[in-house]
Formats: sequence, structure tokens, C-alpha cells
Amino acid sequence: MDEENGEGVAKKFLYVNRKAPYGTIYALESLEVVLIGAAFDQEVSVAFLGDGVYQLVKGGDTKGVEMKNFSPSYGALDDYDVNQLYVEQEAMQARGLVEADLVVNVEVVSAERMAEIMESQDVILSF
Amino acid sequence: MKLGILVNEGPYTHQASDTAYQFTKAALAKGHEIYRVFFYHDGVNNGTRLTVPPQDDRNIVKRWSELAAQHQLDLVLCVAAAQRRGLLDASEAKRNGKDADNIAPGFRISGLGQLIEAGIQADRLVVFGG
Repeated sequence: MDEENGEGVAKKFLYVNRKAPYGTIYALESLEVVLIGAAFDQEVSVAFLGDGVYQLVKGGDTKGVEMKNFSPSYGALDDYDVNQLYVEQEAMQARGLVEADLVVNVEVVSAERMAEIMESQDVILSF
Repeated sequence: MKLGILVNEGPYTHQASDTAYQFTKAALAKGHEIYRVFFYHDGVNNGTRLTVPPQDDRNIVKRWSELAAQHQLDLVLCVAAAQRRGLLDASEAKRNGKDADNIAPGFRISGLGQLIEAGIQADRLVVFGG
């Protein structure tokens, strides 16, 4: 950005999720950043690529692995004014998933379009 | 240029912290400003003063502390990530009823807002690991 000072200037933040939800902590800790970041009045989008699309799949049951099921938190993102969610079309197709399988409303975009979306950001945090 | 640095992996297992350190050092040598170095996920383990690496190897934690002292760097460990992984400063240890703290010199513990703020204030936020 050209501005001397970031005060009052909204930047475009994109959070990129690339990993399945419970095998590692990245998905949960990414969600924690998104929720905290929502308080900063920036332009926020969240993207799900590769195995990251599994974070949004409905009907997960984590009792067997004794981990907290954080999938309801994605539904709460809208309450934090985080409502621009992009999902990579190729990742969905490769995993046999359709939009109806997901817990939230998303915009499904091609990998090529995803690259353009990334290009237009100021800050990308990739998890 | 004003740079923010994010370190997402712990020392030794991943190269991310080494690369972040070398990058930060090189950026300072070129006259860039480091707004903040934020440690997240297992990256918080870069801030424990209890590591004892073999003497013929680099001391990653000490190296960060020394760079911070030389250049007045702001090294911040995410409080939520740190508490999960047993990284406590004196006040957090007291507040949580623990009998020890283990933060290395030059590091401080704070919230994720410090990462977002670095993204806003820095010209570039450079992410290592994860």
C-alpha cells in the first residue's frame, strides 16, 4: 500500500486454508485468527483449497478422536461480517464433494480464478 | 520497507524458523525495518529459554534473543498458541497457577491482534512455515 500510515485504511486480508480439519491444528488455529481479525474492520475473505475443503464438510463427528468439533464456528463467521468464502472447484471435484455437502454458503471458484483473487490481496495468511 | 514476519513452525523440526531468522537478519542488513516478528502454531516453541541444543549446532532460540537485543525487535508469541503448548511468562504462570515460566529474553506474549496489526501496519507480511 502506498499510504504512509495504515490507520483508517482497510486492507484486503485473505486467509487460505489448505489442510484437513483434525489431523493437524492448522485449521482450528486459522479459524482463531479469522475470528480475532474480524474485529479490525479490514476487508476479509477466506479461501479453502486442497484438503482444506474438508474443513467445511457437514456432519463431522469428533467424539471418537476426543477433539472439540469446531465446524459450527464456520457458521458463526457471518455474524462477524466474514461472509466472503471461496472454495476451490477442482478440490471439491477431486474429493467428490458438492456445495450441498458444506456447512456454510460459499462461492465455488476455479483454481485460475482463485489465483486472481490472491493476486488482488494486500495480506495473505496461509494455513 | 517495513516488514512483518510470521513464524509458524517450531525450531529444529522445520527449517521455517531458520529461514525466517536468516531473512530477518538479511532484511535488517539491507536497511529494512522489521515491524514485528509474530510466532504462531508450533512457532511459539522458538521462544522457550529451556532449549539445550548440542554445542556444535546453532542455538535457534538464543539467536532470536540476540537479534532482538541488537535491533530492538518486537518478538511476540501468540498467547493462545503458547498456553496450549506450555509456554508461559511470569504473569501467565501465576495467573494459571503454574510453578514455572519459560520465556526467553526478548520475547513477549500477547494476543493474535498483534498479528493482524502487523498485517495492517507493515508494507509486507512474510509468512514462514505451515
